[in-house]
Amino acid sequence: MSENSFKVIAEDSLQPKSFSFSSDNLVKAKNIIKMYPSNYKESSIMPLLSIAQNQNNGWVPKKAIEYISDLINVPEIKVLELATFYSMYNLSPVGKFHIEVCTTSPCMLRGSDSMLNLCKKKLGIGIGQVTNDKLFSLGKVECLGACVNAPVVKINENYFEDINSQSLDQLINNFKDNKKIKIGPQSERKGSEPRK
Amino acid sequence: MPKIFINDKVVEVDDGITVLQACEISGIEIPRFCYHERLSIAGNCRMCLVEMENSTKPVASCAMPVAEGMKIKTDSEMVVKARKGVMEFLLINHPLDCPICDQGGECDLQDQAMAYGKGLSRFVENKRAVKDKHLGPLIKTHMTRCIHCTRCIRFSEEVSGNNQLGTIGRGEDTEITSYLEKTIDSELSGNVIDLCPVGALTSKPYAFVARPWELKKTNSIDVFDAVGSNIRLDSKGDKILRVLPRINENINEEWISDKTRFAYDGLNHQRIDRYYTRNNDGKISECSEDTAVNILKSKFTDPKKNKIFSLCGNLIDCESIFSLKLFLEKIGLKNYDCRQDNSFFIPNKRSSYIFNSSISGIDESDLCVIIGSDIRKEAPIIGARLRKKSLDKTGDYNVVRIGYQYDLSIDALELGKSFSSLTNLQNSKYTKLLKKSKKPIFIIGQGPLCSSEGENIFNFVLNLHNRIVKDPNWNGLNILQNYSGRVGALDLEFYNKKNIQKNNIEDIYKGKYETLYLFGADELEFDKIPKKTFIIYHGHHGDKAASRADLIIPMPCFTEKEGIYVNLEGRAQISRQVKMPIANVEHSSIFFSKLASSLGFQNDYSDLGSLREIMFSRYPILSKINQFKSEKSLKPSAFSKKFSKNVIISNIPNFYMTDSVSRNSPTMSSCSLQINENQNKL
Repeated sequence: MSENSFKVIAEDSLQPKSFSFSSDNLVKAKNIIKMYPSNYKESSIMPLLSIAQNQNNGWVPKKAIEYISDLINVPEIKVLELATFYSMYNLSPVGKFHIEVCTTSPCMLRGSDSMLNLCKKKLGIGIGQVTNDKLFSLGKVECLGACVNAPVVKINENYFEDINSQSLDQLINNFKDNKKIKIGPQSERKGSEPRK
Repeated sequence: MPKIFINDKVVEVDDGITVLQACEISGIEIPRFCYHERLSIAGNCRMCLVEMENSTKPVASCAMPVAEGMKIKTDSEMVVKARKGVMEFLLINHPLDCPICDQGGECDLQDQAMAYGKGLSRFVENKRAVKDKHLGPLIKTHMTRCIHCTRCIRFSEEVSGNNQLGTIGRGEDTEITSYLEKTIDSELSGNVIDLCPVGALTSKPYAFVARPWELKKTNSIDVFDAVGSNIRLDSKGDKILRVLPRINENINEEWISDKTRFAYDGLNHQRIDRYYTRNNDGKISECSEDTAVNILKSKFTDPKKNKIFSLCGNLIDCESIFSLKLFLEKIGLKNYDCRQDNSFFIPNKRSSYIFNSSISGIDESDLCVIIGSDIRKEAPIIGARLRKKSLDKTGDYNVVRIGYQYDLSIDALELGKSFSSLTNLQNSKYTKLLKKSKKPIFIIGQGPLCSSEGENIFNFVLNLHNRIVKDPNWNGLNILQNYSGRVGALDLEFYNKKNIQKNNIEDIYKGKYETLYLFGADELEFDKIPKKTFIIYHGHHGDKAASRADLIIPMPCFTEKEGIYVNLEGRAQISRQVKMPIANVEHSSIFFSKLASSLGFQNDYSDLGSLREIMFSRYPILSKINQFKSEKSLKPSAFSKKFSKNVIISNIPNFYMTDSVSRNSPTMSSCSLQINENQNKL
């Protein structure tokens, strides 16, 4: 696997001994499975993987893959295929706040490289690494699909758009200090309307 | 029937086929990597691009269905350019290591790069490198060479049904692997080696052994199970180096099992190449042919007094069995049998021991009832055929199973594990299902037939079959034989008609016979045979029997002689000679004719040809080479509906070790170790 080491299955020492859905999540999972016809049960793999990821601090352990394959009776490799294909799933431990910087062309033109460098410098970590306090981790992703608000970073499940070095710096500070944060465009824009 | 134009020529083709198939029919070769006739269409290699009128882009012919009036060009400038482009892209990440690659010389990528490629690459960056994967003792991987055609994945999903291969990652990071590099647990896994169009998946035992053009190719028949798969034996000098499948739509289609493919190395180990006898001190030592013949003479001059029983083994060809039978008839010995497991059959009634519907008959059937058989292990090829039928989307095909629930990789209706569950077939719930069926097949394994309830089960199922089937031309009572020599031996009546249902093997264990003549028979429990029984072993491998035998006579193995084998459908096929016998061991028919003349009998035959003539005149069915002859279904005799509560189990506990050859094969033993390890882990 190239640059994104969160897509590499974590070492055995980091893997939990067992995994199963909490009772709330099991109810959720069962409702999801019910949505799909019995011959298309593979379709429920993706939502189940995200439930597992949310339950397990933002990453999917091996045991979760095996648990899901068992739950819907699908070969393990089919679950692993999806977990490795989509960039949303992490296969090794991430920080409490997982920062993903979009580096595809539009974002790059709008300065994503300097955003990435800022993150690296400020957090003292490289791509695919986690800070010592386990608070932040940094990843580089391909197009997040919000080019009109480039440059974009994704922190956990939220997008932070129209960022610049100042606002990104502030954003990371706010996360660190547990302060209130503004989701979405960090500029004067509300959405993707034309700039004034 | 749509008419299409291929390179301005009109071709009329069947509806629903693809452009690639239409081109194939009209004799135009389309290069391809991912497309395979027996797998679903993936369309991801893009090598089969052709030009289609009214399409600005070239189209992938493998995924494009034909339509009326379609105009296809396969030799236009656009196509040539497209092929060159695709080839260049495919080669971007493919290493230039053909000289050290095992696929070299028979590689689709190599051939097609020569025929359709550009000849040079404009790619100056680094090629990607991929870690090799561990897929078990049979398949060697070199994943950097992989071009992601996904044939192996589709094979594991669609044919073998083990579903253990997949792609992980995406884009440039795509890799083919099994989940956490687990060993592939399949009896057909070796076929991915043939499917792989490049050198990514190659044979581990054949690694760096030979180049394809140095090999002598002999078309032959597989003897490791009763299916009789058509194979090609590749040899160099006097060693068989690999086994490949030959296409036979009626039997194995294009697949062979792992035992067929890899057990050949057992032929080079533990071979019996001379005569041995046990001395007074209990040790085995070499002896001359004369000594051995003298011992045999002393035993055979008065076979009745010496209480001889002769058993023939499971891998013996018809000619050898027949020569033994002729010999035994001459000396007047009637105690002989070809079954070491006492399996049930009715003498002279072929229908009671063959796969009556024929293997291709599975495709015609509309319901399958499996009784006590572990099909995946007993006959993987039939398992794959059945799986193909059960996955067929055109109809709902039901597979019903009675007996221990072995992994079948088919969704089956389980009716229970024990013999008594057979009566469940008469439950109103299932009779409906049975009555709906016009062409059912009942597959009875050797497990139940070898048990004491074999006869009862046979008649019960036969009765049920005859009640359902109205079509007089359909006989769906299928006995799944396990051994390649068995049907031939039964056709040759190598049994004592008078005491067919008697448990001869029990008698041997009880010490009723003083001398045992084992003709390649290895499957007895030798600790149970009394010490005083004199055992003569005539065979080609020093296995279980040879270690207990008092006299050992060598025999050439099946690759060292030509012989007829009858497969489980009753189809006679010829296994060809690949090399000269080890240490110039005599063909058993020659040995018996010599022995007979030394005992003062006249010889009926001088060579294999004249032996065959006698055999064909007495058993004409064997002369119908490669033909399947259907049999009328029998009338069941009386039976009781009282079955025991015992669980029906298969009598093939270990797929990789079923006979003296596979037990002596290093590859098969490493398979059986690894797979057992995997199962212990679970």
